[in-house]
Amino acid sequence: MRKRDLKRKQQAKFIEENGVICLDNVSKSYSTGSPALNGISLKVHRGEFIFIVGDSGSGKSTLIKLLLRELVSSSGQVYVMGRDMAKLKNREVPKLRRNLGVVFQDFRLLNDRNVYENVAFAQRIVEVPGREIRRNVPAILATVGLAGKYKAKTRQLSGGEQQRVALARALINNPSILLADEPTGNLDPKNSWEIMKLLEEINEAGTTVVVVTHNREIVNAMQKRVVTMKKGVIISDEEEGAYIDDED
Amino acid sequence: MKISTFFYTIQQGFRNLFRNKWYSLASIATISACLFLFGVFYAIVSNFQNMVRGLEENVCVTVFFEEGITDARIEEIGRMISSRAEVSEVVYISAEEAWEGYQKIYFGDRVDEFIAGYPTNPLYKDMNYEVYLSDVSLQDALVTYLYSIEGVRLVRYSALTANTLGGVNLLVGYVSLGIIVVLLAVSVFLISNTVTIGISVRKEEINIMKYIGATDFFVRAPFVLEGILIGLIGAAIPLWGIHYAYDSVLAYTTEKFSMLTHLLQFLPSETVFGFLTPVCLGVGVGIGFIGSFSTVRKHLHV
Repeated sequence: MRKRDLKRKQQAKFIEENGVICLDNVSKSYSTGSPALNGISLKVHRGEFIFIVGDSGSGKSTLIKLLLRELVSSSGQVYVMGRDMAKLKNREVPKLRRNLGVVFQDFRLLNDRNVYENVAFAQRIVEVPGREIRRNVPAILATVGLAGKYKAKTRQLSGGEQQRVALARALINNPSILLADEPTGNLDPKNSWEIMKLLEEINEAGTTVVVVTHNREIVNAMQKRVVTMKKGVIISDEEEGAYIDDED
Repeated sequence: MKISTFFYTIQQGFRNLFRNKWYSLASIATISACLFLFGVFYAIVSNFQNMVRGLEENVCVTVFFEEGITDARIEEIGRMISSRAEVSEVVYISAEEAWEGYQKIYFGDRVDEFIAGYPTNPLYKDMNYEVYLSDVSLQDALVTYLYSIEGVRLVRYSALTANTLGGVNLLVGYVSLGIIVVLLAVSVFLISNTVTIGISVRKEEINIMKYIGATDFFVRAPFVLEGILIGLIGAAIPLWGIHYAYDSVLAYTTEKFSMLTHLLQFLPSETVFGFLTPVCLGVGVGIGFIGSFSTVRKHLHV
C-alpha cells in the first residue's frame, strides 16, 4: 500500500474514533492577558449539528481560528478531519480550508463582484473546470433561494441575501464541515430563521455543522447539541441543550 | 496549474485594473509623473553631454617638425601618433596647405592684394599633423608623449579649452548621475508606496480568499499582474509623451535654428530612447512587481 493511501486510511480511522473535529486539552494564550482557551477538550462527529455559545471573551472566536488554522494552539492537540493542526505545513492550509465551509457574521463577500462570481470563486480556487462551474453555481444558488439574483452586486442585496451568498460559497465545494461564526448576528429574526433552516437542511444532507452564536431563541428552539464556553473553558456540553445564561 | 487557472489569473489581473480604477489611475499617474521627470532630465543631460563631446572632438593638438626632417620620418611619426588610444584622427597638413589656410583666415577676400608681398611660402617649415582626441582629458598625456618623439619641434595646444571642456563634462556627469539617482530613488519610493496603499485597502479581499482555501499563488498572481500592468502603463505614457515632445523639439530647432545646427547637435531619438525605453519600462514593471508581490505577502498570513 502506498504511503499516501496508508495515511488516508489512518486519518479515516482517526475520524471514525475521534470525530471530524477533535480538541484534546487545548490551550491558547496570547502574549498578554489570561489564556483565551484553557485546557478544552471537544469531539464533534461526522454529521453532527452543534452550537457553541458563550459571552464575549469566552474563547469562541479563538476556537474557530484554531479550527481554521489561523492560529496554532499553545498546548494540546487540535485535529480537523484527522489532521493535526500543529503539524500542518503552511502550504497545506488551503487544502484543509477547502474541506471547511466558513460563514461569518459580516458575510465577507467580495463586494466588487456579483453573486455568481463570489460563489464561482470558491470553485475556481480548487480548479474546477469552467463548464462544471457554470453548472454548479446556479444549482447551489437555487438551493439557497437566490437563483434569480446571480447577476446582482453583493452590495445591492439585503443582509439575509448576502448571508445566503456566503452559505452558497461555503457549500459549493461540498465541505465536510461547515463553520458558521455568528451567522445570524447581522440579521433580523425572519432572515435568521431562514438561515438556520438552511443550515439544518445542509446538516441533514450529511455536512457537519458548527454554529457559534449568541442567539438564545434559536439555540433553545432547535434542540441541538450545545457547548457552552466561559472564560476559555467549556462549562457545559449537552445533547439537545439550551442556552445557559451567564448568571446560571 | 491548469490552463484555465492560468487564463483566469490573467483575466483577473486585467479586471482588477478596472475594478479599482481610482487606485489604478493614482498609481499610473504617480509612476508616469516620476518617470516623466526622470525621462525629461535624462534627455536634456544626454544631449548636453553630446554637445560638449562634439566640442571636444574639435579640439586638436598641432605637431610641428624639426627642420630638415625627412618625409619618411614624418610618415613614421604619423603612424606612431595614430596608434595611440586617445587619438581619434590624425590629419597631415603640408606647408602649402598650411599657407592656404593662413591666407583664408587672415587675407580673406583680399588675397590677391596681400599675396604679392610673399613671393615664396613663408610657412615652408610648418607642415604639421593635426591630432584629434577621442578624450580631451588625456590631452596632457598626449602632449608629453609627442614631445618625447624625435623629430618633433613644437606641439601647439590649448590647455584651457581642454581643461574647461573636460571639467564641464565631468561636472555635468557627476551632477546628472546624482540627480538621476535621487529621481529614481524618489520614484521607487513614491511608486512602491502607491502600490502598497492600493493593495493594503484590499487586505480584506485577500483575507477572504485565504479563508476559503485559495493558495498564496492564486491570491497573489492577479495582484502581481495588476502591479506589472500599472507599471507598464505608467512607464509607457511618459515614454510616449517624451518621445513625441523630443521629436517635435528636434524638428522645430532644425527648421527655425538651422544656422546653429553645428552647435546644437541633438542626439537622434533612437539613441535617447534606446536607453530610456528599457530603463523606464524596467523601473515601472520592476517596481509594480516588487511592490505588489511584497505587499500581498504581508497580508497572506491568515
